[in-house]
Amino acid sequence: MTTPLRVVVVGAGPAGIAAAAIAAENGCQIRLLDENHAPGGQIWRGYDAGTASSSPHGREFAKWIRRLEASGAAWEADSCVLDSPAPGVLRVERAGRWDDLSWDRLVIATGARERFLPFSGWTLPGVIGAGGLQAMVKGGLPIAGKRVVVAGSGPLLLAVAAALRREGAKIEGIFEQAPRGRLAIVGASLAALPGKLAEGARYRWQTRGVPYKPGWWVKRALGEDRLQGVVVSDGNDHRETPCEYLACGFHLVPNLELAQLLGCRIDAGYVTVNAVQETSVNSVYCVGEPTGIGGLDKALVEGQIAGFAVAGHLGKAAEFLPLRQKLRRFAQLLDNAFAPRAELRALAASDTIVCRCEDVTHGELAECASGRAARLHTRCGMGPCQGRICGPATQFLFGWTVASARPPLYPARLATLAGQVLNGESKPAGITRTPQKPRQTA
Amino acid sequence: MEAPTAMGHAQQGNASVTIVVNGRAIAARANMSVAAALMSAEIPCRRSVRGEPRAPLCGMGICFECAATVDGEPLRRTCQIRCRDGMEVVTE
Repeated sequence: MTTPLRVVVVGAGPAGIAAAAIAAENGCQIRLLDENHAPGGQIWRGYDAGTASSSPHGREFAKWIRRLEASGAAWEADSCVLDSPAPGVLRVERAGRWDDLSWDRLVIATGARERFLPFSGWTLPGVIGAGGLQAMVKGGLPIAGKRVVVAGSGPLLLAVAAALRREGAKIEGIFEQAPRGRLAIVGASLAALPGKLAEGARYRWQTRGVPYKPGWWVKRALGEDRLQGVVVSDGNDHRETPCEYLACGFHLVPNLELAQLLGCRIDAGYVTVNAVQETSVNSVYCVGEPTGIGGLDKALVEGQIAGFAVAGHLGKAAEFLPLRQKLRRFAQLLDNAFAPRAELRALAASDTIVCRCEDVTHGELAECASGRAARLHTRCGMGPCQGRICGPATQFLFGWTVASARPPLYPARLATLAGQVLNGESKPAGITRTPQKPRQTA
Repeated sequence: MEAPTAMGHAQQGNASVTIVVNGRAIAARANMSVAAALMSAEIPCRRSVRGEPRAPLCGMGICFECAATVDGEPLRRTCQIRCRDGMEVVTE
C-alpha cells in the first residue's frame, strides 16, 4: 500500500468538516485545524453532537460530526495558521508553541466574518456584530431580559434575532438596510431552494411581533462609556430606541488571508476555483464562504466536492456540480441584495473612528490618496486585526482594496516567527524558502 | 507541539469558577469565554489607543477588541479562551 496523501484542512466549519470527513473516508491522512475549542465554525458554534438534535441545524451538525469522528480524521483545536514558511508547509501556533505541518493537498475552509461599517458611536461597548452577539451568548453571555436592537444587513439578522429571543432577549426591532424591492428578489428566488424558504419562515415565526423594517439603518449609537440607545432612520424618519445591545453587521465578507498568503487568485472579492474547488495554486483547494457567501448548503456541497477531489475521485466530485451551480447563483444574489446602500457612506462623521485598532478617524483617512498611503501615514489597518475589520469598511467608503496578506496572519510570538522550517515529518527533500508562486503585492 | 487532541473539547461543564480581573474577583462559569465573563460584568476588555473603553465586536477571534493580558500573556483574544478558576486577566 502506498503512503496516504497528507491533507491539511484549515477551518472546521461545515465546509472543512465535510472535506475532511470525505477525504479521510477515501484514504487520505487528514489533519483538520481550527482556531476554536470545538468544531463547527460559526454556524454550528456551540453545538454538541450529543444534545444538538433539537433543531434542523443541530441534527445536520450531529450527522457530520459523527461522520467526521468515524472517518478517522484528526481534529486539532486552538490551532492558528500563521504562515507558509516554505511550499507545502504551514506554520501553526497552538498553546503558545509552534510547529510546521507538511501537506500534499491543502483545503482552505476559513469561512467568513461580518462586514462592519462605521457610524457615530459604533465603538461603544454594547455595539457588537449580529453574529458577534450570538457568538458571545453561545460563549455564556447572559442575554435574558436585555433589550437588543438588531440592524445591518443579510439573512443573518433574522436568524440572530430568533436565536437571541429564544434565550430571553427582548428584540426591539430588526432594521435591514436593503430596500424592500431587493428583498423581494431574494424571496422570489427561494422558491427554488425550499429548505432555505422554510428556514426563513421559521425564523420569522420565531420573531413574530418584532418589527422587521427593510430600508432602515442605524444612524448613530448613543451613550458615553457604554451603549444606551440607537437612532435608526429610513432617510426621512428618525427613531430613537433605548437598548443594552446593538447587534449590527452588514452581511458577510470572506476570510481570504490564507488564500492570499499562498498566492491564490482572487477575483471580485472571492477565491477563484475550478470545477473541483482547486485554486490557481496547484494542490490548494478552497471551499465554502471564501469562494462566495452562500451559507451552510454551499459550504457542505463544496466541502464534499473537495473531499472527493483531493482523494482522486473526480467522478464523485462532479456529481455535485449542478447543485453547486444553483447555490453559487444564490450566493451572488445575496451579495447583490444585501450590498450596502450608498447612504451608509455618510454615516461616519469626520471624527468617527474607522480603524478601531489604531483609532484612525474618517477625517484622517479622507485626506489619504490610497489605502497604501493610509497605512503609511495613519497606521490604518496596521493594528492587531491587520485590517480585517477596517479593510472591508475602507473598501466600501473609499474604494481601497486589500490585495495581499503578509505573515504572520495573526500577531505571533517571536519564537514562532524566527523558527527555522521544521523538516522532520515533512517531504524528504526539496523544501526551500522559494514560494510556489510570487506573492501578490499591494 | 502535542499530538492531535481528541474529538471536541474537554467537557468542563458549567462549574462555577472565579477569575481575577484587574485584581478583582469575578464569578464566572467554566464553559464561559473570558470575553463573555468580562461583558457580563460590564468590564471593558481593553482601552483603545485614545483611551476609549472597548468590548467585543466580532465574537469570533477576528477583531482583537476583546484582547487582554491573560495569565501574564498580552494580546490574548478573550473570546477564544474559556474561564478557568484562578485565571488572572488584566484589561488596563
